[in-house]
Amino acid sequence: MFQKWRVLVILLVLLLALAYALPNVPVLGPAMSSVLPDSKISLGLDLKGGIHLTLGVEVDKAVSNSLAITGQDLRREAKDKKITVLRPRVVGGTALEFLVPRASDEAALKELVSKRFPQLVLDEPQRGEAGQLRFVGHFSDQEIKRIEDMAMDQALRTIRNRIDQFGVAEPDIRKQAGNRIQVQLPGLSDPRRAVQLLGQTAHLEFHLVREDVDASKPVLPAGVIALPMLEKGSADDKPGRLIAVERDAMLTGEDVADARPTFDQFNQSTVSLTFNSHGAEIFERVTSENVGRAMAIVLDGKVYSAPNIRERIGGGRASISGSFTTAEAQDLAIVLRAGSLPAPVTVLEERTVGPSLGQESINSGLTAGLLGAALVMVFMTVYYGKSGFIADSMLCFTLLILMAGMSAFGATLTLPGIAGIVLTIGMAVDANVLIYERIREEIRLGFTPLAAVKSGFDAASVAIIDSNLTTIITAVILYQFGTGPVRGFAVTLTLGIIASMFTAVFVSRVIFERLARTCGPKGLSI
Amino acid sequence: MSFHFIKPGINLNFIGNRKIGYTVFGILLALSLISCIWGHGLKLGIDFAGGVNAQVRFAHNIGDETLKKGLDVPELPGLNVQLFGEEGRDYLLRFNSDEPSTTLRTKIEQALAKAFPDNPASMERLEVVGPKVGKDLTEKGLSAIFYAILTIAVYISGRFEQKWMAAAIMAACLWGATYLVGLTGVSTGILVCVAMVITLGVCFFLKLNFALAAVVSLIVTVWVAIGVLSFMQIDLDLNVLAAVLTIIGYALNDTIITFDRLRENLHLHTDKPIGTLINMSINQTLARTVLTSGTTMMSALALLILGGGVIYSFALTMSVGVLVGTFATMFISCPLLLALGDTEFYVKVSKKEEYEKPGEHGMV
Repeated sequence: MFQKWRVLVILLVLLLALAYALPNVPVLGPAMSSVLPDSKISLGLDLKGGIHLTLGVEVDKAVSNSLAITGQDLRREAKDKKITVLRPRVVGGTALEFLVPRASDEAALKELVSKRFPQLVLDEPQRGEAGQLRFVGHFSDQEIKRIEDMAMDQALRTIRNRIDQFGVAEPDIRKQAGNRIQVQLPGLSDPRRAVQLLGQTAHLEFHLVREDVDASKPVLPAGVIALPMLEKGSADDKPGRLIAVERDAMLTGEDVADARPTFDQFNQSTVSLTFNSHGAEIFERVTSENVGRAMAIVLDGKVYSAPNIRERIGGGRASISGSFTTAEAQDLAIVLRAGSLPAPVTVLEERTVGPSLGQESINSGLTAGLLGAALVMVFMTVYYGKSGFIADSMLCFTLLILMAGMSAFGATLTLPGIAGIVLTIGMAVDANVLIYERIREEIRLGFTPLAAVKSGFDAASVAIIDSNLTTIITAVILYQFGTGPVRGFAVTLTLGIIASMFTAVFVSRVIFERLARTCGPKGLSI
Repeated sequence: MSFHFIKPGINLNFIGNRKIGYTVFGILLALSLISCIWGHGLKLGIDFAGGVNAQVRFAHNIGDETLKKGLDVPELPGLNVQLFGEEGRDYLLRFNSDEPSTTLRTKIEQALAKAFPDNPASMERLEVVGPKVGKDLTEKGLSAIFYAILTIAVYISGRFEQKWMAAAIMAACLWGATYLVGLTGVSTGILVCVAMVITLGVCFFLKLNFALAAVVSLIVTVWVAIGVLSFMQIDLDLNVLAAVLTIIGYALNDTIITFDRLRENLHLHTDKPIGTLINMSINQTLARTVLTSGTTMMSALALLILGGGVIYSFALTMSVGVLVGTFATMFISCPLLLALGDTEFYVKVSKKEEYEKPGEHGMV
């Protein structure tokens, strides 16, 4: 009858809760892992230690890079069609400006752009004095969106690659709104190295050096740029001596198939590169054509080394030296293998917690929880007698369901989450208090225990749901707007309140009705 | 065996002594306001203001002043030192710096090693929040408070006065108004204040007295809690925000239970003046109020004492909030109901509605 299905539901919930909660118990869980579900509560970074990063991908740089490349391509293709395009340059990061000296080329150029570069939207050209045309073009909105999305995806992939190669257990990498990437690396011992590894653009280029040009002059000949040498030991990134190199890179990191840390003949750490077949071919041709000249190896706009080409280099191998430490050589090899970032990233937020602090947080959270639970339980037993003991059992049941629920949802336990559990202990008995106070009142009015229990539960149930609903509302809002640890709090609080409503309204009712029936008129201790 | 802290049939005169309650809360509010704007004022943590927090542990005990003097170097601007934990060797250092975290870590370590060569320190925690993220978190936090107050005001008006229509109108007004104000590009903080004023105004004009009383007592509770935090020079961080939102939800429990009881009494005793009925309702629910606030306080205090430094601000906010919230229900929201409407108003309101039979809603 009515009671029976209730008992069945309770037993079912108890079994499920036990099954999901047990894997989290230290000794018992692993021993019974074959029969238990394998989802567990995971600890947040603030408890197990680790590093949390929010990286901002400067996607607008990717757009302006793409514009610059389009400009170069346009000039080359126009040249094939006998149209002269002069000085393509990116203005303000969003517009491409170039000159066409012969006004008669206008129609041909427009046709070329619409056919070969449909993503480029050209404004009407301005006519200069000598009949030259000044064109300003910009990308369509869809194209910008596409480039940004691609840059984000590639950045995400690259960062994931780097972390995989670096070897971190259970990293969590996800895209966030506003062109951000959130990275969580648990249990990392050297945060500085990780940040450097992830933040490096790692854009590798090989440029021929122009030894005939004085790099310190303010105006350089066309097609030549000045790049600073990497100065080791200067922590504040003081720009080093300038070197004049050809603007167009011979080769880029895209042609690198593999990179390994090695040692050179002076036992210095270097990174040896292996090019793919395309890269190897170009490298061999360039080195054979330029014996005697120097080749600058440029990483993120800094010249690492500029060795002389003594002979044709076949086999597609090269090495980068720059007086690295072993760890630096290792990390450089990782970033070169994992590929460059499509746009620079900046660290917008970093939170690092040492493992010992995390353990301390767990310990103090546990002690606080135990003290809170002990106080509340003793209080309930003293105040309500045997009924208080039932409330205490309900509290334990609530905590069991809470643990099982977190486990089943794969929720992350954070320090505020622990605080949420401790608070739940105090709040959970509210439902019991509401019911008990009501039962007491009914008994005072002269009802029999059974009638008092029945009307007590009936009357209090709605009030319980009512009053707890507001707490759940705010917890949901908190989850919606909160981040990381705070979300853990919202989760434990919500689960705890729902569990406490279930145990107080549903489970303890069965127990009380049974008690009131069997123990007769004097049996209710409340 | 069982106890009664609150004897059955207790009848304390809350309404009769409401002036005392108003005065005490008035003084508390004034003190909170003063502590928020006076002296150091409200301290925003790095979560919202941006900046750097470094928790370091020294090998040996070290004094506040020594530490401050030793780290007073140009590389670490805006230094703020705070003792953490009881042992006297854990410190929280706060700087304002927008340098990348890698160089910062090096700088802090170098500065520590240089200033205290014979007392090596290890960095237990480093938090660097850039201005962009800080701004985002501030906006998110303020929106969270905004939505919490909005949903709660709607919920109470709908739930207590069966005025879902009025509640919907209020929600629409708030949405529209904040959207319009938002178009002018003012900060989210001002937006939340505007929303709050609109909520109160709409509640007043639509005669949503229950919602108005509840929201006012919530604002008072949060205000005093923030005042205590600023008085104790606690940084407002994400954990404090979580606690504030929890208080908003939790402090309302008492109010709801008491209001529920009042509604019931309005029907049982149509002949009595409203003041008596309100007072009766507070007294009838007093046992429950004291008990649950008590157990929640036990938990919050356990966290405050044993929970450790990272959670301290959270536990403090919770403790203060639970305490103030409980009193605010008795001394603010209930007396406000009296001030807002006369007996006829409530009787009229309650007669107009199809009413549930007594006991269907939380007669506790």
